[in-house]
Order: sequence, then C-alpha cells, then structure tokens
Amino acid sequence: MGAGHAHRLYRHGHSPVHALPPHTKLAAAFAFVVVVVSTPREAVWAFGLYAVFLGVVAHLARVPAAFLLKRLLIEVPFVAFAVLMPFVAEGERVDVLGLSLSVNGLWGAWNVLAKGTLGVAASVLLASTTELRELLLGLQRLKLPPLLVQIASFMIRYGDVITDEMRRMRIARESRGFEARGVRHWGVLAKSAGALFIRSYERGERVHLAMVSRGYAGSMPVIDEVTASRAQWSYALALPVAALVVCLLGWTL
Amino acid sequence: MHVPDGFINAPISAAAGVVAAGAVAVSLRGARRELDERTAPLAGLVAAFIFAVQMLNFPVAAGTSGHLLGGALAAILVGPYTGVLCVSVVLLMQGILFADGGLTALGVNITDMAITTTVVGYAVFRGLVKVLPRSRRSITVASFAAALLSVPAAAVIFTLIYAIGGTTDIAIGKVATAMIGVHILIGIGEAVITALTVGAVVAVRPDLVYGARGLQQRLKLRVNGELVDAPGSAPAPVAARTSRRRLWATGLVTSLVLAGFVSFYASANPDGLEKVAHDKGIDKKAEKHASSDSPLAGYGVKDIANARLSGGLAGVIGVGVTVVAGSAVFWTVRRRRSTDVSPTAVENL
Amino acid sequence: MDPVSNPSLEVSGLAFAYPDGHQALFGVDFTVERGERVALLGPNGAGKTTLVLHLNGILTGGAGTVRVAGLPVGKRHMAEIRRRVGIVFQDPDDQLFMPTVREDVAFGPAAAGLKGPELEERVDRALAQVGMAEFKDRPPHHLSFGQRRRVAVATVLAMEPEILVLDEPSSNLDPASRRELADILRSLDVTVLMVTHDLPYALELCPRALILSEGVIAADGKTGELLSDQELMRAHRLELPFGFDPRSVTTGA
Repeated sequence: MGAGHAHRLYRHGHSPVHALPPHTKLAAAFAFVVVVVSTPREAVWAFGLYAVFLGVVAHLARVPAAFLLKRLLIEVPFVAFAVLMPFVAEGERVDVLGLSLSVNGLWGAWNVLAKGTLGVAASVLLASTTELRELLLGLQRLKLPPLLVQIASFMIRYGDVITDEMRRMRIARESRGFEARGVRHWGVLAKSAGALFIRSYERGERVHLAMVSRGYAGSMPVIDEVTASRAQWSYALALPVAALVVCLLGWTL
Repeated sequence: MHVPDGFINAPISAAAGVVAAGAVAVSLRGARRELDERTAPLAGLVAAFIFAVQMLNFPVAAGTSGHLLGGALAAILVGPYTGVLCVSVVLLMQGILFADGGLTALGVNITDMAITTTVVGYAVFRGLVKVLPRSRRSITVASFAAALLSVPAAAVIFTLIYAIGGTTDIAIGKVATAMIGVHILIGIGEAVITALTVGAVVAVRPDLVYGARGLQQRLKLRVNGELVDAPGSAPAPVAARTSRRRLWATGLVTSLVLAGFVSFYASANPDGLEKVAHDKGIDKKAEKHASSDSPLAGYGVKDIANARLSGGLAGVIGVGVTVVAGSAVFWTVRRRRSTDVSPTAVENL
Repeated sequence: MDPVSNPSLEVSGLAFAYPDGHQALFGVDFTVERGERVALLGPNGAGKTTLVLHLNGILTGGAGTVRVAGLPVGKRHMAEIRRRVGIVFQDPDDQLFMPTVREDVAFGPAAAGLKGPELEERVDRALAQVGMAEFKDRPPHHLSFGQRRRVAVATVLAMEPEILVLDEPSSNLDPASRRELADILRSLDVTVLMVTHDLPYALELCPRALILSEGVIAADGKTGELLSDQELMRAHRLELPFGFDPRSVTTGA
C-alpha cells in the first residue's frame, strides 16, 4: 500500500488531471464506468471511442502508455475466463479455424474484455493521478459515511505497519529454519496469523487510547475541506458526458 | 472472485450495490454497538490485518497455495457487523487503489465476499457455539465449520447473481458446479487456518475474540492484601442483545439452508469440462506462485487463484432473486428495529 | 474548586487488574504539585503504563481515585480531564494516526472545538516548541524516530495541558535526539510526570522521583538520593548504566 501518503499506483505529477479536486475525479471515473457498462456490446465502435477518450485523459495526465498497460495486467484472470466463454456458452455455433465456438459466447467474451479493460483503465488513471489522502477526502466529500472513511484511513495509515510486522514474523520463522511446505505447516502459519491479529488489535487499542487522550469522542474533527469550482466540475465531467453521448448513439444506431 | 466491470449487467450491478449499501449502513450502526467509540481505529486496524492476511499464502499440495478470504475470521474475531465493514473497506480500497474488481461491480463484490462470508460464517458459528458445550475446543470447532461453509456460500451467491445478471448465456449448472466445487476445496483451507487462528487468539487473549465473550470469568482484585470484586467488568451489553440476535440468526440460517440446498443440487450434476478447466487453472496458479513474495506479487497470486475459480465457470441454473431480495428485506427490517446507542460511554478496555 | 490551590495530580489507593486476570496495581498513592517535574521509575512489568492509563480515565473499573487539579477522574469530567492530562505514548506510531503532521497536531484542539486561524496558530506554536515547524505538511511516517517523538510531544502540547505525562520518552532515541528532547522538555513550563527506566535521563530532568515496584509506590524522594541508594535500587531491579555515578552529576535539582 505504498507509504500511506502516496501509493504504488500513484504517479507524482502536476498535470491538469492531477490538479482536479479528488471528488470530481471519483465521480467522473464512476460515471464513466457506469456509462461503459450500459453500452450495448454490439456497438463495437463505441468501445473504440471510449478507449480514445481514456487515451486523451492519459495524455493530459502525462501517464505513459507502458505504465497504464502494465497496470492492466490485474485483469488477466478474467481474460482467461473470457477466452473460455466461446467454448462453453450455449446457443448457435460457428466454426473458426476448425474450432466450434458459440456465437453468444464470443459476444460475451468481447463484452467482458472490452468493458472490464475500460473499467480497469479508468480506475488506474484515477489512482495514478490522485494521492491517497486526497482520495479519502474525496470519498468523504461524496458523502461516504464518515465512519467508513475513518476506517479506510486507519487501514491505509497502518497497512504498512501491519504488513511490515507480518514480514518480520516471516523472517523470524525462516531464520529458525522453518519453511512452509505443505499442509503440515498450516498450524505455524495460523499461529502467526493469530499473533498478527493480536498485535493489530492491540495496536488498534493503543491508537484509540491516543485518540481519546486527545479528546476523541466518536467523530473526527474536520480539519481540511476540499471544494471544487463549477469549472473544475465541468472539466472533470467532460469525460463521462462525452461517453454518455457515445453510449446514446450506440443504443440508437 | 473480484468481479470486473461488464461481467454482471448494469441493473443487477445496481441492485447488488443497493443491497451492499444497505448492509454496510446497518453494519455501521451495528459496529458502533460492538465496538462503541473504538470502532474507527479498531475496525481500521482489523481491516489492515485482513488485507495483510489475504497476502499470507498457505501451501496446499504439490506447489500450489491458497490464501485466506477472511470473512468468517473477521466475523468471529470482531463481530459480524465490524467484519462486514472491514472486508467491505478492503474491497473498496482494492477497487480504487489497485483497480482490482470493477467500480460498478463493487456492489456485487461486497455482497458476495464481504456480506455473505461474514454473515453465513457468523450465523453458523453462533449456532454451533450455542449447541456445543462451553469450552475453547467448541470455539475452534465452530470456527472450522463457519469458515468451511462461508466460502461455498459466497460461491452460491455469486452463482445466483450470475444467473440473474450474467452478461453471457452459459448453462447455470456448469457455473454452479464449478464455482461451488472449487470453493468447497478452498473452504477446507480457509476452515483449517481460520480455526487454528481463532484457537491461537483464544489461547492468549480470549477477551479479544468477539464470538467467545461468553467464556470470560469474573475478575477478582487484590487491594493491599484483600480480595475485592472488580466492578462492572462483565460484558453486560452482550447479554442484553441475545433475543434480537436470535431473530437475526434464524433468518440467516434459513437462507443458509436454502443456499446449501442449491449447492447440493448443483454438485449432483458434475461435468467433465469444468474439471479440465479447473486442473488447467491449478497449473497456472502453481507457476505463478513461484515468482516472488512481495505484497503485490502475493496479490497477483490471489487473482490467479480467482482465475481458477472463474476459469472453471461454465453454465447457469435459474433459481431466482430470493436470497438476495430476502436478505435485503431482512437487513431493512433489522435496521428499523435497531435503536441507536449513543457512542459515548464505556471507557473500559 | 480553584485549580491553582490543588496539586496537579493526586492518586490514592489505586488498584487494577486486566480482563485476563493479571493484576497490575495494588494500591498506589502519590501527589505531584504544580510545576514539578517528577520521574516515575520502575522495572519492566511494574505497572507503570497501567498507572499512566488511569491518569486520564482510559482505564477505570479498579479501586481507588485519581484527581487532576482537584477534578476527580470519572465519566462526568472526562472531556476536561483529557484536555488537562496530556499523555505522550511510548510508540509514536500509535500516537500519530493522522495523514500529516499538521492534522495530527490539530486533532486534539480541533476535537475540543477550536477552528480556523486560532487552530492554525495553536498548531504552529506547538510545533515551534518542539522545533518541528518546517515539517508541518509531511506525513508522520516519513519522519525519523526522534522527529516522530517530538511531533508526538507537540500533539499533546497543542492541547495546553495541566500536566504532561511521558511514557518512556527516551526509548529508541539516538544520543543526539535524546539530548534535543531533554532540552525541549526543560524549556516547557508545565508539570511533568516522566515514566521511565532510563535512570540517567530521569536524574537529568527530574528533581524528584517515585519508584513503582510490584504495583505499589516503593520509594518517593530526591532523584539523586534514590539513585545513590544501592540497596533500594537492587531491591527493585533498577540498574544504573555501567560507570554512571549519580553523585557526580549536578543537573536536575
């Protein structure tokens, strides 16, 4: 989870996309994905246009194509699934290179691949142009329940601390010649997990003590506010609005 | 099992989003009762723990490995509401930060991986703890069963969602067989690790295990040589909640029975094709596992594991919206009934 | 009740056991007057941290009473007690839970209702007191350990407490950070209770010391005299560093 302030997907920069208030970017990315998912799969050209839109955003944000493509790999498991679809789906079949494939399955595979890829690309662009701290402020601004935002922010603040403790425990295990090789060693791993839970929970208690010691009574005091001007909103929403036009054309054509 | 965008159609994604939002809203109130004002830091740390534990791969056999989903574990350790919150937050952050799981599929992902696993896991756990004798061993046994059932239950819910809103027409029997079959295997690993983990915690800090709170004993204090009863150390609020919890458990056991019936029916129809795909998936996963053990690599392994599940997918039985809609109604009713408890009070650790 | 006429801290008959049955305190009595700097010494497991958690009502439910400037620690005055008693915990990672130094220092005063320029002014002053003003916008986990400890002190100073309680302030500090922290603590005009088993540090900063051993106050007197009493020191597992002679040191008193 990076170092809390910045995370692995984040790319530091000063592009116009980086400068947009986080909640406008979150709203735009979400609206864009909704539009993409609602587009009929037969409108192949529409997905091409969406990809072009994202390309423009990536260019504005100065996110290099290689970075973006590498991050798309997270989708690989579902590509494997999509490849399988034409073989197992129902309905009429066509012969391609001697293989009998389901037409419906081919469309299904295309549908999952296109929409999934565009969705991942949109999320990657969002994450690579927005700092963690900003994302949390944005979520808060978008009226995500404050408690949920607090939980998320604690998870991020201490994610590194906990994974670090887990790593130290593994090093301690391995220094004593232990290597998890099979079912027989599950007990040891589970003991580590148990110890990790106790450590995490006790740290949670200590953090809570530190918080109540400074007057916490259930809600976070508001220290920073993010605001967006009308111009920033319209700039951010240009993406989903353009996508919506394409989507509507896709339905009517 | 992180579903990407475009896998489930828009209306069903939206419906799942509504179910997820409702459940999270209820859990927010419930978590306040479980943890009072300590909710934010504790749930946050537990979420970080779940996130870390999901990277802890356990070797299965012949070079393959699995990892914990953690829903049942979270529910048993910190209570069902907090469990739902923690796993949901993990999924939300995975979606936004790692693009793992589509933004529009967040509702689907939370419904099957956060809500189903914790709720089913906790219902089974509570039920067994009530029936079994009050001992530490019972806690371990109940944890085992809870985790064992929670994973295939998530597969059942996923299958149902796919049956209603899947974008590709695949025979539901194939999907169900593959999903549930694979998840029973995963469930065994999940069950062993969960039971051992809960056992390890119960042995050291029994007071931390939410599901084992009934086992505590009353404290004695020694003040300048005299024994005095510690005032107010009994967890009174827990006792006061039993009747409501019974109602809640009954509803969930009902849906669990329903889910179990579906899975039994489905596994009675095996299909050769899935087995092949399934075996192929395992091979793929084994290769990947050898790579490295940085957190992100572990993350990759996890998704290859999902590839196996999804790789096995193929087919559809139509059952209906019952379970999803039923639990939505159930959550809503719960919500109406639950009264807000003021978050002040309770300074005891 | 007039806070000026009352001692900063009065503890009487305090006893406490943890939920797992382990009893840590067996009837603790002591008083700290306004403006005093007192060291609370004791070996590991003597109950020092448990005692600290009673001072602002985080642990309750045992026997005995604690009064801060005349105000009994209890549910009724909890917010006021927590504002008056500033605890700096041993692990700054527990204390610094917010994403930036500024937000962390602002947390306490903001929870007490301070806003806007007044809040900023409070934050700036507290950071200046510990010499960390230029790190205002940095995330805490990017700071060195010594810097984090100083920010942790600032988070508490920002609340303008009646009494500053430090739990093992010198632990894990390199010699330079240790001296810097001592200079900062000496420059502050507040009552200080310093919990430690770092005996030279106690002697350097605190004219008076208490020894907590096996859950009771075993000795109370001038730090130099207590440290010179070899019998007493040995009885309570307190050991001076090799070659350190408390009689040759002239700081503290």
